[in-house]
Amino acid sequence: MSESTTAAPKKTGSKPKCAWNDPKVRAVVYQILVVVLVALGVWYLVSNTLHNLSARNIATGFGFLEREAGFAIGEATIDYAPNDTYIRALTVGLLNTLRAAAIGIVLATILGTVIGVARLSSNWLVAKIASVYVEVMRNVPLLLQLFFWYAIITESFPGPRQALNPIPGVFLSNRGLKFPSLEGDGLTWLAGGFVVAVLAALLLANWSRCRQESTGQLFPVWRVAIALLIACPLLAWWFSGADLSLNMPSLQGFNFRGGVTLTPEFAALLLGLVVYTAAFIAEVVRSGIQSVSGGQWEAAQSLGLRRNLTLRLVVLPQALRVIIPPMTSQYLNLTKNSSLAVAIGYPDIVSVVNTTMNQTGQAIEGIMLIMAAYLTVSLSISCFMNWYNARIALVER
Amino acid sequence: MRTLKLAAASAVLLASAAVAQAGPTFDAVKEKGFVQCGVTTGVAGFSGPDSQGNWTGLDVDMCRAVAAAMFGDAAKFKVTPLSAVQRFTALQSGEIDVLTRNTTLTLTRDTSLGLVGTAVNFYDGQGIMVRKDLGVKSAKELDGATICVQPGTTSELSLADWFRSNNLQFQPVVVEKLDELVRTFAAGRCDAFTTDKSQLASVRTTLPDPSSYVILPETLSKEPLGPMVRQGDDAWFNVVRWSLFAMIEAEEYGITSANVDDMLKSNDPNVQRILGVTPGMGKHLGLNDKWAYNIVKQIGNYGQSFERNVGKDSALGLERGLNATWRDGGLMYGWPIR
Repeated sequence: MSESTTAAPKKTGSKPKCAWNDPKVRAVVYQILVVVLVALGVWYLVSNTLHNLSARNIATGFGFLEREAGFAIGEATIDYAPNDTYIRALTVGLLNTLRAAAIGIVLATILGTVIGVARLSSNWLVAKIASVYVEVMRNVPLLLQLFFWYAIITESFPGPRQALNPIPGVFLSNRGLKFPSLEGDGLTWLAGGFVVAVLAALLLANWSRCRQESTGQLFPVWRVAIALLIACPLLAWWFSGADLSLNMPSLQGFNFRGGVTLTPEFAALLLGLVVYTAAFIAEVVRSGIQSVSGGQWEAAQSLGLRRNLTLRLVVLPQALRVIIPPMTSQYLNLTKNSSLAVAIGYPDIVSVVNTTMNQTGQAIEGIMLIMAAYLTVSLSISCFMNWYNARIALVER
Repeated sequence: MRTLKLAAASAVLLASAAVAQAGPTFDAVKEKGFVQCGVTTGVAGFSGPDSQGNWTGLDVDMCRAVAAAMFGDAAKFKVTPLSAVQRFTALQSGEIDVLTRNTTLTLTRDTSLGLVGTAVNFYDGQGIMVRKDLGVKSAKELDGATICVQPGTTSELSLADWFRSNNLQFQPVVVEKLDELVRTFAAGRCDAFTTDKSQLASVRTTLPDPSSYVILPETLSKEPLGPMVRQGDDAWFNVVRWSLFAMIEAEEYGITSANVDDMLKSNDPNVQRILGVTPGMGKHLGLNDKWAYNIVKQIGNYGQSFERNVGKDSALGLERGLNATWRDGGLMYGWPIR
């Protein structure tokens, strides 16, 4: 506004302008109009929907969340029974989604990085195999891959009574992979010891870096850290009275009892997500490494740095700046793609909400819950990755 | 100025959109000239395409009966195949006019979905199917079993209820698409497969070796299956309900597609009312007096439809059982057309 008043005196002779002819005023008016239109549109959709729902006697609101769900869920990370509430069933579904996404992201990153580096290998065969992998996996729809893995797992493994038993206590059948679990009071001590060891290792790394920067002396951090990670939990377990037993799975009636299960549904989902997303991550990693010019390698080598130090201290810090932003979208894709689990019967949030919607008939509320869940998870991943991106960004001096 | 015009145009659009949703189903169906029915994605005997691609089955016959009553032509219908999860939303949103998709009628479904059941066209009960070599004789022996079930069905709830009340454990495997679920069961991922007994019989015919599967004797629940319509259009509700009762009444009075023309000369006042020889019944429904005649002539009575689709003339070979007329000890009891 202030500019228009200062600009006015220059155009002497022309008649005084009305506000409408001022581009700044017009811009503000347009923006207000757009906001009002959008708000009207949203208001119209919401009120019209509510009106129609009540006119057709369709129940609305989130009151159903407190009612008894009545259906069973195949796998749950928390205790769940059919007489629990819908909200608990949805929590089970959300945790299942998070479990698949978290493990999937870690595995896809590892596999993708290995394949991305392999594509740049000077070994012709390794490089070509990696290229073929990338081209095949990212060009076949994920849903088909999920059906493929699920069919492979359920069709090719024997039933529980003829289960493969490669090592004692481990059973492989079309009911999934069964392996022994640890039980007893010693378990908490073991976990406590592990946490202490991780903290100690972090402190050690910090101390060693400070010492190296001031004196130049190197300290074998990795070897000591690994020793700590093994020794601390074991010591804690031993001092607590060594109370720990293996819960071996055994065949009783129709199925195995005891132990831990990796179900075919979860395995197929994880395989599909990891194998598919890894192909994209491989390309991201490859492009990131290639974005660092060859001169950087040569310069580092001429300073006398070994190859692995060159990679860690010179190339990766520059490559990561290119890698992290597209990596974020791959992580988001993997998380959202986990909703395809519904096709192969893994009880993720979409599967549980689908059932809930059908039992209660409250489709709009159900879809809103799914959207809110994915939005929250995706924004959290995005926030974390943006923070990490800012941290490793090039600091210009 | 363009902005103002745009705003005015959008306001008009919004206002007209609000009106488009009104109008009862009966008028809408009459106007478009065909009935849109929601059916399964394929359950042999109930609804599914035959070798020529024509939809047939007990539920499809229900749909054709409504078309015959409305338009005098049983061919004036279209089907929308729906999964169990999609079915109610499709009816609520007006995508289909009537849901003839072996759907169990329950209190919750009648009261919270904005839908209402019309009448029962198949009395069913939930059963469990297992492989013969499992050596199971009763569902009570299934403690700890893994069971394949379609999500969002009453079967899923009744299964949980039944195992809970018998203090047994089970593990569900839920896959939405029926074909995929059946494949999973056939591959041995599950020890048992549960759904309505009629559908079990239908699924068994599609398995690689039907004789190696057995349906256990227990009936886990009552499953009255019938067509559903939206609430708020009683004329349409009546057409659907009475199209079914006309088929049941026709069977009781011995009217078949073969003898319906001879029956026009019958002295029985009941038959005369059903076939419109005594006028008036069709008018009350807002239809032609020949409505029931057209149903029986083109589709047959309930018994004919049953035997053709799921009974002894079909691959399923189901007994009439509960679905016999009340005179034969069944539950099929058409309300009097008078």
